[in-house]
Amino acid sequence: MRLPAWLQNRTAVEAAPPPRDLAHRLETGRGVILYMEGVSVSFDGFKALNDLSLYIDEGELRCIIGPNGAGKSTMMDVITGKTRPDTGSVWFGQTLDCLRREPWEIAAAGVGRKFQKPTVFEQLSVLENLEVAMQADKRVRISLFARPTPAQRQQLDEVLTLIGLSGERDRLAGLISHGQKQWLEIGMLLMQNPRVLLVDEPVAGMTPGEVERTAELLNALAGKHSVIVVEHDMAFVRAIARKVTVLHQGSVLAEGSMDQVQADPRVQEVYLGEVVA
Amino acid sequence: MTVFSHSVAGALPGASDSIRPMIFGPRGWAIFGTVVVLLAGGIPLLNLILPVDSSLHVPDYLIPLLGKFACYALVALAMDLIWGYCGILSLGHGVFFALGGYIMGMHMSLSAAQAGLYRTAFPPFMEFMQRDSLPWFWAGFGHPAWALLMLLLVPGLLAFGFGYLAFRSRIKGVYFSIITQALTYAVMLLFFLNETGLGGNNGLTDFKILLGFSLQEPTTRAALYGITVASVASAYVLCRYLVRAKVGRVLVGVRDAENRLMFLGYNPLHYKLFVWTLSALLCAIAGALYVPQVGIINPGELQPANSIEMAIWVAVGGRGTLVGAMLGALVINGAKSWLTAAYPDLWLFFLAALFIAVTLWLPGGLLSLLNGRRRGKA
Repeated sequence: MRLPAWLQNRTAVEAAPPPRDLAHRLETGRGVILYMEGVSVSFDGFKALNDLSLYIDEGELRCIIGPNGAGKSTMMDVITGKTRPDTGSVWFGQTLDCLRREPWEIAAAGVGRKFQKPTVFEQLSVLENLEVAMQADKRVRISLFARPTPAQRQQLDEVLTLIGLSGERDRLAGLISHGQKQWLEIGMLLMQNPRVLLVDEPVAGMTPGEVERTAELLNALAGKHSVIVVEHDMAFVRAIARKVTVLHQGSVLAEGSMDQVQADPRVQEVYLGEVVA
Repeated sequence: MTVFSHSVAGALPGASDSIRPMIFGPRGWAIFGTVVVLLAGGIPLLNLILPVDSSLHVPDYLIPLLGKFACYALVALAMDLIWGYCGILSLGHGVFFALGGYIMGMHMSLSAAQAGLYRTAFPPFMEFMQRDSLPWFWAGFGHPAWALLMLLLVPGLLAFGFGYLAFRSRIKGVYFSIITQALTYAVMLLFFLNETGLGGNNGLTDFKILLGFSLQEPTTRAALYGITVASVASAYVLCRYLVRAKVGRVLVGVRDAENRLMFLGYNPLHYKLFVWTLSALLCAIAGALYVPQVGIINPGELQPANSIEMAIWVAVGGRGTLVGAMLGALVINGAKSWLTAAYPDLWLFFLAALFIAVTLWLPGGLLSLLNGRRRGKA
């Protein structure tokens, strides 16, 4: 899969539309772009996350697997500022403390999220959805007068082509199929051009062909972007994963390559042999 | 109608043209301009120039009545902007309307008193309330610039403060609507008090002049009507720009999936506050234009039922269309003027029946009958 140049080459995009000040101040130390250390979250006594530590490198593609209730979605909620943990620390780069920032600040700084259930703006057209997602200064006074620049128009068209929705450009997003909504949301994620992509169950409801395309896309994005994928579909995980983290009862059970993880007896026990296929 | 509700941009092939904000196409501007000139200029001319016995003569009583309807249309625009496009249902917009009205009333009363047009040197209500000095906050209202400043500041700050507290606490939906009802009720009780210094129960009336022009003159009335129509037209152009610009898409996002929007980097609070305060200001301006044409402002305007009626105009006309909201205000108030005179007992039954019928069978409002389509959004 060939990505447009602006998605391949970070510096070109960063020079074009001035992002919010946060993104400028975000210096990543060489290597790690996302730190989670000792994070615990409990809901009414139930420990959703239990002393979880996770480090994501710049440009890494990481798959997170684990049985239901292992804390995968809670982990994403903590990173994006939706849920505040009881203890622990979460840093995006070296200067952005995710625990002291609002969700929109974290998003504007470069953490993009694709939800499990595709959530698009159903009363806006496909193109308008992408336009709203597009990387830009997102304050009111800017949105009042913002018009897409020629470069941005080209980005919109490129993403439309990439997600295969050029023909549906002006249709309401509420009227396209479930699989197309999944792609639209991936497109919205691309338009944000985030540094970290959190992708929750991207292939649910997709045909085998679409699953393959998604795997190709995520692989192409890794390297320039850090990608964290939560997925149940083991064939898909095997197709994309370089490094896999297994969550269980809110903490890391095992970490390593797919083969290492599958060979781990504790993982086999948790999955009751599901992984070994 | 189609010109008002759809851009021609979709027809152009190639690059992403349909995301370009465009108020009207050339044909749209021509139609819009013609309609505004006919309404704002034509009707007053038919009143002023034609002899009284001409069949085309617009009778004197009709001018302020139409002016009043135009004010209601402006209110409906303000309501539609927040409800239709941002999902905020206010049942307290009567507050902003009444504040605008009172500020205009204070200006007219005080400027007439200062010009020596009343028996005393004070507005008439002071006499029957047996006060011998004006409350402190009346100071300066004799000057039109001060009154204009207050017209923007007082409703604007109230809306901003109220909206900030409510939206920051993530109060939404019916809870927000109920609080706005409480707001209008509380302000009504305050304004009913004689001690508040705004004429209590009777409010402010017996206005004489506005900016030096006598309010009894047919030309003044015609000019007021024309200015009101022009204001509605300007507000419409502004609202149409907003809903077609990027900010309008974000507002729809706030309405339909606020959480999603947060994870795209938008702070919904700022967008809500912006559109809420703007809507309150439009409503206040409508109130200020209403009072000189109607000749009185009293706390009755603050009754919760009045604010609810404003929401009904928008629902009946068609939410999220701007034109539909104005249409709803005109249709309902036209019917009200006629029915309350012809069959006074039937009015509320009619209103209720109309509202139920539209809710059940016409979710897109009356405008969807004209457009032949149900989609609400422009």
